[in-house]
Amino acid sequence: MIRWHFRKELHSAQGPMQLDVQAMAATGTITGLFGPSGSGKTSILRMIAGLMDPDEGYLQVDDAVWFDSKTQQQRLPQDRSVGFVFQDYALFPHLRVRENLHFALPKGDSPQIVHELMQMMDLHSLADRYPRQLSGGQQQRVALARAIVRKPRILLLDEPLAALDSSMRQTLQDFLIRLKDTYTLTIILVSHDLPELFKLAQQVCVVEQGQISRHGTPAELFAAEAVSGRYRAQGTIVQIRANGVLFLVDVLVGSEVVNVLASREDLVGLQVGSPVLIISKAFNPFIVGMNV
Amino acid sequence: MDWQPLILSLELATITTVVLLLVGIPLAYWLANLKRWKPFWETLISMPLVLPPTVLGFYLLVAFSPMYWFGSWLDKWFAIRLVFSFAGLVIASMIYSLPFMVQPIQAALQSLPHSLTEAGLTLGKSRWVILRRILIPNIRPAILTGTVLSFAHTIGEFGVILMIGGNIPGRTRVASVAIFEAVETLNYRAANGYALVLLVITFLIVWMVYWINGRSINTWNR
Repeated sequence: MIRWHFRKELHSAQGPMQLDVQAMAATGTITGLFGPSGSGKTSILRMIAGLMDPDEGYLQVDDAVWFDSKTQQQRLPQDRSVGFVFQDYALFPHLRVRENLHFALPKGDSPQIVHELMQMMDLHSLADRYPRQLSGGQQQRVALARAIVRKPRILLLDEPLAALDSSMRQTLQDFLIRLKDTYTLTIILVSHDLPELFKLAQQVCVVEQGQISRHGTPAELFAAEAVSGRYRAQGTIVQIRANGVLFLVDVLVGSEVVNVLASREDLVGLQVGSPVLIISKAFNPFIVGMNV
Repeated sequence: MDWQPLILSLELATITTVVLLLVGIPLAYWLANLKRWKPFWETLISMPLVLPPTVLGFYLLVAFSPMYWFGSWLDKWFAIRLVFSFAGLVIASMIYSLPFMVQPIQAALQSLPHSLTEAGLTLGKSRWVILRRILIPNIRPAILTGTVLSFAHTIGEFGVILMIGGNIPGRTRVASVAIFEAVETLNYRAANGYALVLLVITFLIVWMVYWINGRSINTWNR
């Protein structure tokens, strides 16, 4: 169980912001931090890892206090049992994949775990490559494996899957679940991707303006509106064509273009490039399986 | 031609560079991570770049002289006399060439992504291990540049040496001073000999840096 309460004055692009977040995460679960960029998600991860100091607050991991501003207790980052996967992966450029993993091995530990992780993450064929010779997905696998070599209790992921295509994401999400179960990891990840949070997270905290505005399971937070029988999607107008008295509007939703009929009044203030919400009232969906 | 000044120059440059390397890397690391008063310390270390060597030499002469407190303290407690001695030349050269070693290394350390150090910390490594095994291997070209520039700069040193070392054969008469003396006594042959050797040595050294750094950049991009 991890419990924290952090208060810190942050300086974001929009000016100063007071971060004040209090939450807990159960051992062996995945917690997602969701919210607009600049809202303080990464800062929360960095304070858990000890890379940033809160102005006030505490951090308790099981029975141990890792930080407490009242008693002036503070553990150095290198003494905290965390794995951190950075947004830029932070692989050591001068070390091969195998050496990157070996570097993380605590003195005197058996290198068995390195072998095991390379097996599990399918890295054996890449063992002798340098990071610059790897694709984004491969680098991310190495970063993930490296973060787990010292068997940390907490794994922190800063939007690690953002830059990957969807099939690579799926693979890595599966890896993540497998790692969590094998090593009983408590995982906290920053993500902007709803499907990802639905698949991985037991708990999601919505971080806005330095506060946790809502938290709950992904279904509680994001699925409530879908249950009502409505379908809504966000998109961008890519084309508007006149068609008699009405207009045909092409809206890009994800990678699909949806055709919507609209009146002149509907389109007041809208133009090509405007972000819009599509709502369908009479909605009767059915599901077809896909092989990705 | 008397080879001794040239040998002394090479000795001085080698010792200075080796000691400077040991001092310069930690100093550059400290500066790169400094948050307060950074411009002040950077200015202090860069002073030898802009100060006339005679100014530096003058203050070192005063500091090293047994007539003043630092020099007399050294003399009394350690029986060390830095004025007009080879050891004094080494210390003066270190101060004189310090920015040439520190600046490239500091710039390279600052250009490395901060996440490398942070990754090392979250992997449970101490700052010393991170410096030695992660940061230094990734700034090798800068270390080579700093080393060579310090070496070449020390070989070319003149004003500071003349101020605190004088012109004692075998002890403080280095090649640059020997050239000056040869010209003063109208011995142009000897002056030309020393000058030519210095020219060739420094050219070869700097050429080597460009060659090695060019090669390592190619390996990097391959």
